[in-house]
Amino acid sequence: MKIKILDEKFDPWQEIVEFKRNELQNNSSIGASSIFLGTVRDFNDDEKVESLFLEHYPDMTEKYLTKIVDDAIKKHKIFDGLVIHRVGELRPTDPIVVVATWSEHRENAFDATREIMESLKSEAPLWKKETNAKGFRWLQVDKEAAVDNVKT
Amino acid sequence: MNICVRYFASIKDDMGMGTVNIQVDDDITAGNLFDQLTSEIQYNGTVLIAVNHEYVDCSYKLKDGDEVAYFPPVTGG
Repeated sequence: MKIKILDEKFDPWQEIVEFKRNELQNNSSIGASSIFLGTVRDFNDDEKVESLFLEHYPDMTEKYLTKIVDDAIKKHKIFDGLVIHRVGELRPTDPIVVVATWSEHRENAFDATREIMESLKSEAPLWKKETNAKGFRWLQVDKEAAVDNVKT
Repeated sequence: MNICVRYFASIKDDMGMGTVNIQVDDDITAGNLFDQLTSEIQYNGTVLIAVNHEYVDCSYKLKDGDEVAYFPPVTGG
C-alpha cells in the first residue's frame, strides 16, 4: 500500500508505473488494474475556475486514507492499492487525486477503486477552496458523497 | 486541563486562527467547547469533530492533553 500527500504537481502515470514496478513486479496473479484519476476542471456551477486550493489535516488525512485502503484490500481481496492526493494550489488540468488497485479479476479492482474514492470523499479530511472571477469560496459537500460522520 | 484546539477550512477562516492551546474545565465535552469558542462568530454550519485524529461525536468528554479539531464536512477527491 502507498499513501502520499503531495504539495506539488505530479505525474500520476509515472507514479503508477513506479508503484507497480517496485511493489507488484513479481505478482503474476494480477489480471486486472483499475485506475481513477481526478483532475481540476476549469468550470464549476457555470463559473470559470481560476484555481483550487486544497487544505488537509496532516497525520489525520494519511491515517484515514490508510484505513480506507486497508479496508478495501480486505473487503475486495485486491493485491494492493495506491492513493496520491494533492494539497496546496492547483490549476485547471492539474491532477488532484489518483487511486489505483490491482486484483485477479476486474470486479474486485473496479469495486475497490470506486469504494476508495467514495470513502475518501466522505471521510478523509481534505477541503477545497475555489477561486473564480468573483473571489474565493469553500466548496460545500458533494451531494453524491454520503456524510456519515457525527455532527453537532 | 490543557487542550490543543485546531480549526480547518472555513472554520479556520472564521476564527482567524488555525491552532490554539487553551485551558478548560474538567469534564467539558467537545461540543460544548466548540459552542464556547465560537460564541463570537455564531457559526451555524455543520461541524465535524476529531480528537487525536479520530472522529468523535459532540458528547465526547475531553481529557488533559487532547488535540481537538473542528472542521466542516470534507470535500476532497
